[in-house]
Amino acid sequence: MVAHLVRLKLTLLRNGLRRSVWRVIGLVLSLLYALFLLGLAVAGLVALGAHDDPELSRTVVVLGGALVVAGWWLLPLVAFGVDSTLDPERFQLFAIRRRHLLTGLTLAGVVGVPGAATVVLGGATALAWWRDPAALAAGLVGGVLGVAVCVIGSRAITTMLAPLVGGRRFREVAAVLAIVPLMLLGPILLGATAGLAAVADALPTVGVVVGWTPLGAPWALAADVQAGAWLAAVAKLAVTGATLGVLVLVWDRALSAALVRSPGGGHVSRSAGLGFFARFPATPTGAVAARSLTYWLRDPRYAAAVAVVPVMVLLLWFVGRGGGIVLGAGVVVAFVMGWSLSADISYDDTAFWTHVAAPVSGRVDRAGRALAGMVVGGVVVLATDVLVLGVAGRWDATVPVLGMSLGVLAVGVGASSIYSARVVYPVPKPGDNPFSTPQGSSFAVMLTQSLGMLLLLAVCAPTVGLGIAAVVTGHPVLQALTLVVGLGSGAAALVAGVRVGGGLYDRRAPELLQTIRSFA
Amino acid sequence: MEPMSALSIHGLWKRFGTKIAVAGVDLEVPAGSFYGLVGPNGAGKTTTLSMATGLLRPDFGSVLVRGQDLWADPPAVKAGLGVLPDGVRLFDRLTGAQLVTYAGLLRGLDRDTVRDRTADLLRTFDLSADADTLVVDYSAGMTKKIGLACALVHAPRVLVLDEPFEAVDPVSAANIRDILAAYVAGGGTVVVSSHVMDLVQRMCDHVAVIAGGHVLAQGTVDEVRGEASLEDRFVELVGGRRTEGALAWLRTSSD
Repeated sequence: MVAHLVRLKLTLLRNGLRRSVWRVIGLVLSLLYALFLLGLAVAGLVALGAHDDPELSRTVVVLGGALVVAGWWLLPLVAFGVDSTLDPERFQLFAIRRRHLLTGLTLAGVVGVPGAATVVLGGATALAWWRDPAALAAGLVGGVLGVAVCVIGSRAITTMLAPLVGGRRFREVAAVLAIVPLMLLGPILLGATAGLAAVADALPTVGVVVGWTPLGAPWALAADVQAGAWLAAVAKLAVTGATLGVLVLVWDRALSAALVRSPGGGHVSRSAGLGFFARFPATPTGAVAARSLTYWLRDPRYAAAVAVVPVMVLLLWFVGRGGGIVLGAGVVVAFVMGWSLSADISYDDTAFWTHVAAPVSGRVDRAGRALAGMVVGGVVVLATDVLVLGVAGRWDATVPVLGMSLGVLAVGVGASSIYSARVVYPVPKPGDNPFSTPQGSSFAVMLTQSLGMLLLLAVCAPTVGLGIAAVVTGHPVLQALTLVVGLGSGAAALVAGVRVGGGLYDRRAPELLQTIRSFA
Repeated sequence: MEPMSALSIHGLWKRFGTKIAVAGVDLEVPAGSFYGLVGPNGAGKTTTLSMATGLLRPDFGSVLVRGQDLWADPPAVKAGLGVLPDGVRLFDRLTGAQLVTYAGLLRGLDRDTVRDRTADLLRTFDLSADADTLVVDYSAGMTKKIGLACALVHAPRVLVLDEPFEAVDPVSAANIRDILAAYVAGGGTVVVSSHVMDLVQRMCDHVAVIAGGHVLAQGTVDEVRGEASLEDRFVELVGGRRTEGALAWLRTSSD
């Protein structure tokens, strides 16, 4: 059974590659990148071993290892999503013992570039002690345990949180908000370590302390063995064992819950009246805008885009040490929210047929979605601006900050209107975990997205440049100019987005639908 | 007046990668007919209907809806079509009432008309009690019914429905049949695809049998079935019936 699951994962990987040359190129590039990083890491570890400085080795390995573990645990929730190819809910109908499923999914989690790289890296940490056979052996044991903590922890956390983030309606928004503190752990750690990095002397102490935590314990094993601190080494083993035990327990519980959960859940949601449809004008454009706004509020995939807001504010606050940099939060939020509209048709999934069949003209579709994006984005961006202006006590900078953030939002929405009429790509399906990564995100799509974002940055650059100058100098002419350039370029981008995007849409709507259907 | 075809398909081809899904389909759907499209799984029914309703661009061939070329001027022609595709999602985070309202507004109806027709349709399909429930929480049969309501809200002249009876309970199916029969009696044209031969034989006046991307037979139901039942005629046309010696181990009595 365990072998079946690993083979299944390998087959999925191979079949995925067979579907597109771009996917192969993507895999090769990520492999090369991983090999490059691994090479650097291994060389560094060997050098560390040759250097023969126990304190340095301990600090580097423990802190580095703890970072890798934190990455495995937290990144799936924030950035890359959970690998959904072996979603436990897909095994609901098979008679598989849970123990076998746990083992199989763990091993299958190592298949793939990040998994393989972690295994190699985990084993390579032992090289930092290649002069001391006992410590070398302990390092190998610690490496294997460390990799297990990475993979099992990642599975446990994502499986446990999946129902939270996959639930519906109010619970969905609440869940996304509950995720935020978790996402903030990273910035907080970053801020804390950045503060400590200023005092480099403190790092070894941090290493020792982190070595006692679940994140660092497996990596600290070899250092203790080399130091002859056998009691400490046994204690580290105990910490790691307890961590693994708790993780397996949590995962097991979450998995058994996932295996009997009916898709959709038992809770029936109701909503009285027509909501936004009664408030917007009774035109096709108004209807599209009302539908989009309803989705912004009801669909956790959209809510996930809003969840970055507090993260941005806090991150910039940490980076700027409470200074003026936090004023940029509104601009960053505007950029993220404006660009998030570029996935709009992809998020519709096959329900997009309604627009193709009606038919909705390109300008109507683009204008309706852009209107909803500007309403939601406008509210969020304005709220962020007011918050950061108050926190920084820089009400004098109100005009340029508003000019920058609203301008960037409008340019982002305009650019997204063109992009999403040309490119659709696999996204989590309606009702799926909003943090899951769908299969088939290809290298070509990543390339077009990077290009789109670069173009967007280029268009935003004049406004942001003027705005920064205005905030720093406080010159009234520059302030007024920022507002004019920001709002002017934003309005121009919106008009261009609706026109150009509308034209593209009119020519290609059936092709977009066909592409979306091919993802299913 | 020359009798006009409600839907006239000529030489329709569609290829997906290396697989040819539809290979030269010709169909004539007379105005005012209740037309059944039958075929085994993977025959190309859904692909054909998608191309006939403007959801999928054909590689070759033409689609005329009441004499107008669909792919030459999609916005004008689609306005007279009501569509219910199979195997696609709806905007299911809307409530039933919101979804029908959305379909109506997208078709350019005014607010009062949409409100009245939405109420009528929900009542007719027995969904009034669930008007404020999110469509994602509907059963499969209710989802089909709300999709049908969306297809009807703008009073189209031609209805194209892909598997409209799948997962619908018998009472609702009978209601839907009555609604469609009344619609045809009022001058409308209905095209339905289905696996259920019995249903097609009772309900439709015209039928086409499609398999492997080709039309094997078409005409009135009586012309196509001849002396046999439609089901027997269908199996004879499509072929591939095999039961001898299959899955012998499945017989529990052999223990």
